[in-house]
Amino acid sequence: MSVDTETVAKIAALARIKLGEDELAGMVPELNAILGWVEQLGEVDVTGIEPMTAVIENTLRLRADAINADPLTGGDRRDDILANAPVAEHGFFGVPKVIE
Amino acid sequence: MADLTELGVAAIRDGVANGDFSAVEVAEAFNANVAAAGELNAFIVATPDAALDAAKATDAKRAKGEALGKMGGVPIGMKDLFATRGVQTSAASHILEGFTPEYESTVSQKLWDAGAGMLGKLNLDQFAMGSSNETSHFGNVVNPWKRNDGSDAALAPGGSSGGSSAAVAARLCPAATGTDTGGSIRQPAAFTGITGIKPTYGRCSRWGIVAFASSLDQAGPMARDVRDCTIMLEAMAGFDAKDSTSLELPVPDWEAGLSADMKGKRVGIPREYRMDGMDADVAKSWDDGIAWLKDAGAEIVEINLPHTKYALPAYYIIAPAEASSNLARYDGVRYGLRDLPEGAGLQDMYAATRAAGFGAEVKRRILIGTYVLSAGFYDAYYTQAQKVRTLISHDFKNAFNECDVILAPTCPSAAFALGEKTNDPLSMYLNDVFAVPASLAGLPAMSVPAGLNREGLPLGLQLIGKAFDEQGVLNAGLALEQAAGFSGKLEKWW
Repeated sequence: MSVDTETVAKIAALARIKLGEDELAGMVPELNAILGWVEQLGEVDVTGIEPMTAVIENTLRLRADAINADPLTGGDRRDDILANAPVAEHGFFGVPKVIE
Repeated sequence: MADLTELGVAAIRDGVANGDFSAVEVAEAFNANVAAAGELNAFIVATPDAALDAAKATDAKRAKGEALGKMGGVPIGMKDLFATRGVQTSAASHILEGFTPEYESTVSQKLWDAGAGMLGKLNLDQFAMGSSNETSHFGNVVNPWKRNDGSDAALAPGGSSGGSSAAVAARLCPAATGTDTGGSIRQPAAFTGITGIKPTYGRCSRWGIVAFASSLDQAGPMARDVRDCTIMLEAMAGFDAKDSTSLELPVPDWEAGLSADMKGKRVGIPREYRMDGMDADVAKSWDDGIAWLKDAGAEIVEINLPHTKYALPAYYIIAPAEASSNLARYDGVRYGLRDLPEGAGLQDMYAATRAAGFGAEVKRRILIGTYVLSAGFYDAYYTQAQKVRTLISHDFKNAFNECDVILAPTCPSAAFALGEKTNDPLSMYLNDVFAVPASLAGLPAMSVPAGLNREGLPLGLQLIGKAFDEQGVLNAGLALEQAAGFSGKLEKWW
C-alpha cells in the first residue's frame, strides 16, 4: 500500500499537525519508503498466533480504594498542575473560545 | 591529588566512604569538566549547584557517621527525558522547552535517595526518536572519539542517549541515566566505548519519564564499566506502584553476585545475526568475544532466532503507533509550547502548536503511527506487527532452552559521521538491527566495549539474557570486559 498527498494530508489532520505544502510533498515519498519496507511483515505466517499484549507476563494491580492513596498522584494539586500551563485563569486551563 | 574525573562510580563511592577525598571535591572536578566541554553539546542544562548540594549532604552524613547510600558522593548526568523537579525537562524538543516539572521521576528520585547528585540534564534525540542525536532541538551532540585517519570528521555519539554516552566517554560524568526503546542505551554506548544495560522491561519505573513507546521504554545506567553499571542499576531499579507495568520483585544484590567465571554457562550465537556483507571489523570483534567467553569457561552453542529480520519492520510499526498515541498529550493546553495564530480556534491551535513544536523525525513517526492505527489499516499493520512480536518473543524463549545468554554485536558499524545518514531515515533505522529484537521481547541486554576497529573507533558487543536474569548478562559482560582490556582512553580535543 502506498500513500498519496491527499492521504498524508488526511493523516496529518487526524494527528493535528499542520503541514505546509512543501513539508507535505516531502513527507509523501519518505512515508512511502518506510511503509514499503514494513510491508515485508506480510510474508510472515502468523496463523494461530495471538498479538502480543505484554512482553513480561504481569497482572494489572488495583490501587487501594482510598482518596489520595498516593498524595503525589491524588487530588488537591491544582496549582502544581496549572504551574506549566501556557494560559491559566481562575484555577482553570485557558483555551480559545470554542462555542460557535 | 590524582584527577578525580578519571574515577568511576565504584571508585568514587569507595573513596568518599574511606575519606580519601570528599564528595565536594569530586563534584567540583566534574562540574569543571562539564563547564569546559561546551563543544560536545552533551548537556542541555548544567546544574553545578545541584551537584554541589548533594555532595555537601554526603560529606555531612559521613562526618556524622551515617550510611552514604549505594551512590553516595557520585555525581551523575540525567538524560533530559526524566522529570526533575524545578529543572527544565525538555525531551530535547521545542514543544517542552521551558517545561519545569513540579515532581520528580521515580528513577531520578531513587538515585538522589541513594546519594547521587545531578551535574545536569543531558542532550538526546528529540523525544528519544533517533540513533545519532541529530534530531535534538538543542543541536547535535558530538562524539568525543575521532577517526585515526586525520580527517577530523565530527562523529555521531549514537542515540537516543547521545548526550549520556558522550558525557561518560569524555569524563564529564562517571555515569549517566539512559533510556532504551529500541537500542537507545546500547547503540550510543557502543559508539563511544562505554558500557550500558537495559534491564528487563518493568525493572525500572517509567513514572516521570517522558513517554515514547510505553511497551518498550526502559531506563538503565550508562557508565565506564560493568561494575559501575551494576551499582547504578541497583539504585535505579525497584517496584513502583505508580507504573502499572512495574515488576513487583525485589532488586537482587547484583554487585555481590558479579563473577566473570563462565564455567557451566552456555553462550548462544544467533546464526541470523551473521548477515551478508557484515562489516569485517564487527565480525572480527564478535569472533573475539566468542573466544573470550570460551576462555572464561563457557560452552558456545549456535542458536536460531528465525524471525530476526522482521524485528526492525515490526518495531517501526509498533513504536510509532505508541508514539502517536503518547504524543497526543502535547496540545498547547496543559504545558509546553502554545502557538495561537490570530483568530484561531482550538483545533487550529492544536495543529499550529504541534507543527511548531515537533521536529521532522517526530512528525514523521506520529504520521506513520496515525496511519497504521487508522480505520481500515489497523489489522494489516498494527495487529500483524504485534503477532510478529509474539513470534520474536517465542524465538528467544526457544533459544534460551539451549543457552543461558546470547552474544552478538551491538551495532552493524562503528560511529558514523554527523550528517551521513540524516537524509535517509531508513538507513538510520537499520543501525538498530541487532538491538531491537531484545527490546521487542522485553529482555535485559547490555553493550560492552570490545576494542577498536581499523579507524580507531570503539566497537561494542551485546549480551542478551533471559527475562529477570540481569545477573547472567552482567557476569558475561564482566568476562568480556576483563578479556578485552579496553581502556577507553581518548585524546581530548574539546
